[in-house]
Amino acid sequence: MMCTVCGCASGEVTVEGQTLDRDHQHDEPGGDHSHHHHDHDHHHHKHDSESTHVSGLDHGDHHHYGQGPARAHVPGLTQAKMVQIETDILSKNDQYADANRHFLGHREILALNFVSSPGSGKTTLLSRTITDLQGDVPVCVVEGDQQTSNDAERIRASGARALQVNTGKGCHLDAHMVGHAMEALAPDDQSLMFIENVGNLVCPAAFDLGEHHKVVILSVTEGEDKPLKYPDIFAASDLMVLNKVDLLPYLSFDVEACIANARRVNPDIQVLQVSATSGEGMDEFYAWISEAHQRVSDGAAVCA
Amino acid sequence: MHEMALSEGVLQIVQDSAAREGFSRVKSVWLEIGALAGVDPEAMRFTFDAVTRGTVAEQATLEIVDVPGKAWCMQCGTHVAVRQRFDACPKCGSYQLQVVEGDEMKVKELEVE
Repeated sequence: MMCTVCGCASGEVTVEGQTLDRDHQHDEPGGDHSHHHHDHDHHHHKHDSESTHVSGLDHGDHHHYGQGPARAHVPGLTQAKMVQIETDILSKNDQYADANRHFLGHREILALNFVSSPGSGKTTLLSRTITDLQGDVPVCVVEGDQQTSNDAERIRASGARALQVNTGKGCHLDAHMVGHAMEALAPDDQSLMFIENVGNLVCPAAFDLGEHHKVVILSVTEGEDKPLKYPDIFAASDLMVLNKVDLLPYLSFDVEACIANARRVNPDIQVLQVSATSGEGMDEFYAWISEAHQRVSDGAAVCA
Repeated sequence: MHEMALSEGVLQIVQDSAAREGFSRVKSVWLEIGALAGVDPEAMRFTFDAVTRGTVAEQATLEIVDVPGKAWCMQCGTHVAVRQRFDACPKCGSYQLQVVEGDEMKVKELEVE
C-alpha cells in the first residue's frame, strides 16, 4: 500500500529493527492502533537480526533510516528553459513538522527536543526526569542514535515507554522519522514526549521536528566557548541546561562566561544549572517543564 | 554532514518540479544559501553530485548564491550586517540582535531541458 501521509522513501533507517519503507500504511496516531504495521515483506530487511532486541511495545519499537531518495525519470522537452522554484530546501521536513505540531498541540502533549554533544549526560538527565515526574504525568521518549538501542533500554529501565530510532549514516532526526515514531508510541493526551536527538551540536539545529522547544544540554566538562563554536544550535534552543554542576569544584569551567557566550548567540535563551546525578537544580528544571506544558494546554484551550 | 539530507531535499524539489513541468534533464540548479544557515557549500556540492546520480539532475551544475547575514539591532533600531550569529552590532556593540536575513536555504530556480 502506498503511503498516504508522506510517501516516504527510505532504506537504512529502522524503527527497532524494522526498515522504514516506501510501501507502508500509516495509522492515525493516538487512535486505537497501538502498532505501526508495515505491509512490506519484500527486499531490504537487512536489519531483521536487530528486531530480536525489541522490547516493551508489541509492534517493535526501533526505527532505522539512511538510504538515498526515490528515483524518477520523466520524459519531456529538450529545449533549455528556466523554471522558477523559490522553495525552502527543508520545506518537506517543515510540512512533516507542522503535522507533528498539530498532532501534539491537539492532544496537549508537550514535546521537547533535547540536543547536545555526545556525552553531555542527556540520557541520565532524561532518566532521572522520568523517574521523578512519571507519578504526575506520563512520559514517552523518542531516542535517536546512529546505532544501538542502548539508550532506549536505559530509558525503559526508568519506567517510560521509549522508541529507538537509528538514523544509520544520518546525523540528526528529521520530522518524518519523529512522525513515524509518534505513530508507534501513541503518546497519551496531556503527556510529555521527550525527543533525544542524535548527539551532535551541528546538524539537529536545522531540523524542525514539530517540538515545542529545543533544549540544549551542555555539561561543564565541555568548553565554555561551545555556544560560540556551535552557534546555530544555541540560537535554535529556548533553554540551555548546564549539566554536571556537581563537578564544578574540580574544573576550571567559567559558568558566567559560558552563559554570556550563550546569550551573545541567543539573547533570549533561558539557562538552568543542574546536576542529574546529585539532583541539584532539577526542581527548577521540572518547574520549567511544567510551565511549558501549561502553555501548550492554554494554547489548545484557545484553539478549541 | 546534514548537507546530505539537504541535497536530498533539493533533489526532491527538483523531482517534484520535473513531474509537474515535464522536463527530462536539469542543466543547473540555483540555490540561495544564507551566510548564517550553517551550510558548507563544498559539502553541498559533494553530496549533491552523489545523490543526483541516476536522476533527472545527474551532472547538473550547482550554482550557490550567497546571501549575507543581516540583523535588527534593538539598541540602534536599525539593520546591521553580521557575519556570524555571535557578532556584536558593529555600531553599538550590543548582542541584542535579531537575525532577519542570511539563514535561508532555498532552491531558487532550475535550468532545464
